[in-house]
Amino acid sequence: MSINKASHYLVIENLTKRFGEFVALQDINLNINESEFVCFLGPSGCGKTTLLRAIAGLDLQSSGNIFQAGKDISVLPPSGRDFGIVFQSYALFPNLTVAKNVSYGLENAKIPKDQINKRVNELLEMVGLPEKANAYPANLSGGQQQRIALARALATSPSLLLLDEPLSALDAKVRVFLRHEIKQLQRKLGVTTIMVTHDQEEALTMADRIVVMKQGVIEQIGSPNEIYQQPKSVFVADFIGTMNFFEAQVMADNQIKIGELQFEHDSNIDTVVGERVTAAVRPEEFVISQQVESSEHKIEATIREIEFLGSLVRLRLSSKQMQAKSFIMNIEERMFRANALDEGDTISLSVITSPRLYPHD
Amino acid sequence: MAEAIAKSGAELKQKLSRDDVLMRGLIAVVGLYLLVTLVLPLYAMLSKSFKDHDGNFIGLANYIEYFSTPALSASIVNSLFIASITTFITLTLAFGLAYGLMRSNMPFKAFFKIVAMVPILVPSLLPGIALVYLFGRQGFMNWALFGHDIYGPIGIVIAEVFFTLPHALIILTTAFSISDARLYEAAQVLNASKFKIFWTVTLPGARYGVISAAFVVFTLAITDFGAPKVIGGDFNVLATDIYKQVIGQQNFEMGAVVSVVLLIPAALAFFVDRIVQKKQVALLTSRAVAYEPKPNKLFDHCMLAYAILFSVFILGMIAVCQYAALVKFYPYNLSLSLKNYNFDLMDGGGWAAYWNSLKMAGLTAVIGTCIIFVGAYVVEKVRGFTQGRMLFQFLAMLPMAVPGLVLGLAYIFFFNSPANPLNTLYHTMAILVISTITHFYTVSHLTATTALKQMDSEFEDVSASLKQPVFKMFRQVTVPVSMPAILDISIYLFVNAMTTVSAVVFLYGPDTNLASVAVLNMDDAGDIAPAAAMGMMIFYTAAGVKLLHYFSTLGLYKSTQRWRSKS
Ligand SMILES: Nc1ncnc2c1ncn2[C@@H]1O[C@H](COP(=O)(O)OP(=O)(O)O)[C@@H](O)[C@H]1O
Ligand SMILES: [Mg+2]
Repeated sequence: MSINKASHYLVIENLTKRFGEFVALQDINLNINESEFVCFLGPSGCGKTTLLRAIAGLDLQSSGNIFQAGKDISVLPPSGRDFGIVFQSYALFPNLTVAKNVSYGLENAKIPKDQINKRVNELLEMVGLPEKANAYPANLSGGQQQRIALARALATSPSLLLLDEPLSALDAKVRVFLRHEIKQLQRKLGVTTIMVTHDQEEALTMADRIVVMKQGVIEQIGSPNEIYQQPKSVFVADFIGTMNFFEAQVMADNQIKIGELQFEHDSNIDTVVGERVTAAVRPEEFVISQQVESSEHKIEATIREIEFLGSLVRLRLSSKQMQAKSFIMNIEERMFRANALDEGDTISLSVITSPRLYPHD
Repeated sequence: MAEAIAKSGAELKQKLSRDDVLMRGLIAVVGLYLLVTLVLPLYAMLSKSFKDHDGNFIGLANYIEYFSTPALSASIVNSLFIASITTFITLTLAFGLAYGLMRSNMPFKAFFKIVAMVPILVPSLLPGIALVYLFGRQGFMNWALFGHDIYGPIGIVIAEVFFTLPHALIILTTAFSISDARLYEAAQVLNASKFKIFWTVTLPGARYGVISAAFVVFTLAITDFGAPKVIGGDFNVLATDIYKQVIGQQNFEMGAVVSVVLLIPAALAFFVDRIVQKKQVALLTSRAVAYEPKPNKLFDHCMLAYAILFSVFILGMIAVCQYAALVKFYPYNLSLSLKNYNFDLMDGGGWAAYWNSLKMAGLTAVIGTCIIFVGAYVVEKVRGFTQGRMLFQFLAMLPMAVPGLVLGLAYIFFFNSPANPLNTLYHTMAILVISTITHFYTVSHLTATTALKQMDSEFEDVSASLKQPVFKMFRQVTVPVSMPAILDISIYLFVNAMTTVSAVVFLYGPDTNLASVAVLNMDDAGDIAPAAAMGMMIFYTAAGVKLLHYFSTLGLYKSTQRWRSKS
């Protein structure tokens, strides 16, 4: 397997990290393009931070190589690498003013003072906090502190920006706002960015590409759309968005049976007739069947619970036919009202895409 | 699979940055300092204990002689006896006060806390002197002993209790402050009696504190030299034996043997205490809720009465010393004068000794704080270098296990050896400062480490990513943010340098007499009143510096309030 190292900005090859006996990262291979926004996504403890810190040189990998802009940086110390970093804790220097924090990386005998000041103002302008130059970190809100941390990391114009759960410590509202801000800034500057997060919504909205990780290995790499539409494993399907899983049996090359009902499928995996498999359907892939005329396989289901989500309504259903005690569908609030649905009602549904299949476990 | 990984070869090694090299170099330098000022002297002492007068190796002969001379080995039992009794009494008394301070609503808590810390500010010789005045042959409360002699175990134990109380109290109040209030509430809801709550909640909750305090007090009492020297009479303990062997009989080899014997219980207590402390730290981090005592008139009054008695004991001892220092000629002429402060008229070094002490304490505080804080910083923040760090941590913990007298004697063997190029240091101010820094290294190191651990470990990561040298970070952020801890360390070193006798008593020279040693020597020469006067000078100096520390810390917090607190 040879990779053309020149064509990718960052190349990670066979990277493994052990803490004593424990394997935190196993044989990671990953290529990142210039100006790309990549998210490492996975549950807590899966090794995202460890991978990010290996890229920064803060915790050296046990084995494996890292190339940045064609240069082998595998064993360089952090100070020999080109990156800026922002942590969840902000790590702002508490006794220095905001301006001093931002200028920390610029202070250096070669740069004249007025030029530093100019750059600091520019950076504060960029993160929208020009009036806070003389404030101390303790006097800023969490979101403001995180923006200063971002300005400090970008001050030296690094060509790689590393963000470790930068938004996790913030309120939901601030988080959504900053997501947008960071994304726009990244686009504007074109800086290659890696962000660690355990929040799938954050990854879906911000990333050009998502690297889904589980217990030290990469489960799937793909665009948000690919990851959402074609999750490669039950783990990814379950971790990203909401997914209903059903026990199914393969009837023919493109036929499966869930309970008593037959469905077509796109055979995204190799199947053997008679094999037991897991079928996965997203909540929005069910529709009330009047909507689709002449649907062949109608599902009879009973509404167990109704949950209003604003423009969407989430129904918890059960279906004897599918031998499913509980699954979820989303319908538009408009449709919900038009059908005058209530708990206990029985409705008939159909599935608009063919179910994804995964090996039964 | 696991085998394949194991076989895949050695771990990668990171290239060292300039900062990495610098930090490792500094760890090596401070480590070397501890090696030269601690490990090598101890080694010299150990090897001396296996040699005869002429330096020939004689195996265990000295030890055999020691253990077959009842006059010598009896001190082991004496020392263990004194230390055990002291531990029991100190713990009981300190537990009572800690309980009152943390679990009652008695008034004047701040005052009682300050009073309880007073013994830290005086040499351990001073309570002995006070006891001589109180219960000595002409003491004014002599009758209270019913004919018993204060010179001996009774006097030593009382003086040791005085000397060890603050140390026990600090540990116990900490232990009480971390025991969980929710347990008390649960017990109260269940209508458990106060007595039952005490046995089922309070005591188990504070158990690590009690164990830890017991070891600390035991170690202090068994290694202390001041109290038995002044009030011990014919009752020999290990610490005074070392002194007698070395100063009295010039039998250095036997001094080394006794030192090794004394080192064993002290080191043992130290290591057990470390294990217990680790467990207590684990308790600390679990999120406990602070306990707020409810008013209970009877109980609060009882605790207040107890705290007053406690304070009378401590302040009484100090007051007696002050009285002794001011009385013209006890018990024949009780008029007051300052004649006992004419130190220059007595043997012991005179006022010069006091000024030397000030200088020594100042130098120890400044130089010691720099070495210890920088050492703690680099070892805490260096990247990788696991084995070097572990070795350093071990070296930094070691001084606590070494009694001062043992350290001092070890210095004689090491620094006074003609073969050692460093032997020009002997008798100089430099060796006094070095020995004191090393003697009190561990507590200072732990204080620094605790403060550094509270700082975000990602500061150094950010600084490295911005390509800034680590010492810019250290200067601009670490030191200003850790300033309270730095002040604590320097005050701790200063006060201990003022009061310590044990290590320096073997090391001072004709030009480097110290105040604390002068107290010892004047007392030895029978000039007890001037000894008390000099002891009080130490007390006023230490108390003044503490006060200064208090106000400067207050000022520090005020001037840095802008960034310390949210506005
Ligand atoms: N310094 C360390 N020593 C031992 N284990 C560690 C260390 N750092 C991380 N780990 C372990 O490695 C795994 C991955 O950690 P991390 O990369 O921090 O996960 P996350 O995906 O939540 O960022 C976790 O199980 C963690 O306990
Ligand atoms: Mg993490």
